[in-house]
Amino acid sequence: MAPSKEELERRRIVGVELERVSNVTSTDFPGHYPGEDHSWDLNDFKKRFKIDIHRANDLHYEFDLIGVDASVANAFRRILISEVPTLAIETVFVHNNTSIVQDEVLAQRLGLVPLRGDKKGFQQLRWRKKSPDEPTAEATDFNTVVMTLKVACTRNHATPATETDPSKLYFNSSVYARDLKFAPQGRQSSWFSGAGEIRPVNPDILLAKLRPGQEIDLEIHCVLGIGQDHAKFSPVATASYRLLPSIKIKQPITGGDAQKFVNCFPKGVAEIQKDKKTGEDTAVVVNPRKDTVSREVLRHDEFKGKVELGRIRDHFIFSIESTGMYNSDELFLQAVQILKKKCTDFQEKLMEC
Amino acid sequence: MQREGYVPPTAGGSGAGAGSSRPGGGYGDAPRQTSMKYLCADCGKSVTLNKADPIRCKECGFRILYKERTKRMVQFEAR
Repeated sequence: MAPSKEELERRRIVGVELERVSNVTSTDFPGHYPGEDHSWDLNDFKKRFKIDIHRANDLHYEFDLIGVDASVANAFRRILISEVPTLAIETVFVHNNTSIVQDEVLAQRLGLVPLRGDKKGFQQLRWRKKSPDEPTAEATDFNTVVMTLKVACTRNHATPATETDPSKLYFNSSVYARDLKFAPQGRQSSWFSGAGEIRPVNPDILLAKLRPGQEIDLEIHCVLGIGQDHAKFSPVATASYRLLPSIKIKQPITGGDAQKFVNCFPKGVAEIQKDKKTGEDTAVVVNPRKDTVSREVLRHDEFKGKVELGRIRDHFIFSIESTGMYNSDELFLQAVQILKKKCTDFQEKLMEC
Repeated sequence: MQREGYVPPTAGGSGAGAGSSRPGGGYGDAPRQTSMKYLCADCGKSVTLNKADPIRCKECGFRILYKERTKRMVQFEAR
């Protein structure tokens, strides 16, 4: 027996009420509704699944993931944050540091600097595993990228005595991420050459400030890692999703109430239109996507029973902000690949049993 | 065992006196530099002092000198 249209619609919506959220769990799994078959079916999934891209920049990607369960969307989010490998500074060898920033603080600061380089070159890089027997594996051109930071501050004698700006009074009064210099080892010079050279994504990150006579001289080793190990390896600034809000008007809202209704939402969510039959000013929902689901409408008595707020259970508005090593769209594809690999690995293990 | 007292270093190494009799040697075994570089606390210039020199900047006469940071490499984890 197939469920009615109203029943399907009810299952699709997570209710947002004045003081609670209702209908939270998804129920489209086998055995929940008697007489209904909810076993997973590829053709059925193909019919329902959809991706709409809304914003595609190098660093920010926003798209709608429609027709998947929350567990899948959440798996992608978690993989993006903690399992897509990136390169980051791991060890800092301090030859000299007479700046006011302490060695360990400077090292920690350097670790958080996002790096980028030739993407094909990154495919050559391998993990540098740490086994409990040895402190660290041997560093080779396959697993370690070397950079140097060598800056000394000196006085600029050409400035007048009245000058007070340190950036004019001294040379190298500030150390920026752009001062990190890539020192290719072995075959790395062919993998990362020219524009594909390994460098900080944002060259203007301030690392330390110097005064005449102070000096920083470091050798830096970068390795591949994942966000699970340390947040510096995370390729995303944020990867998040929200459910598409739904606003249902059950009875027409007209006249002065209509303006009040529109004012209850952020700009662009609802607007006043002339009703074609009656010619009255009526409130209409135009773009629920822009709603923040603040529940302001539910506070007013005049809208009681006239409006129903909710969120669509399987419509995820996914947002990925890249830190710059990969473009944000590549990141999602990588997350899909990682999940796929996990599944095939799991399947192989099951076959062995 | 008798505690060893302070023995002022003699130029040309082997300055640790009683300490040098220990197996493995002590600090005195390293070739000793006769001059040291310091930094003036006032003018910031580098000052090279010999053993008998007065502790005083040769440029400005300031009497406070700083030791330079060690040239030994130190390793840190960027975490």
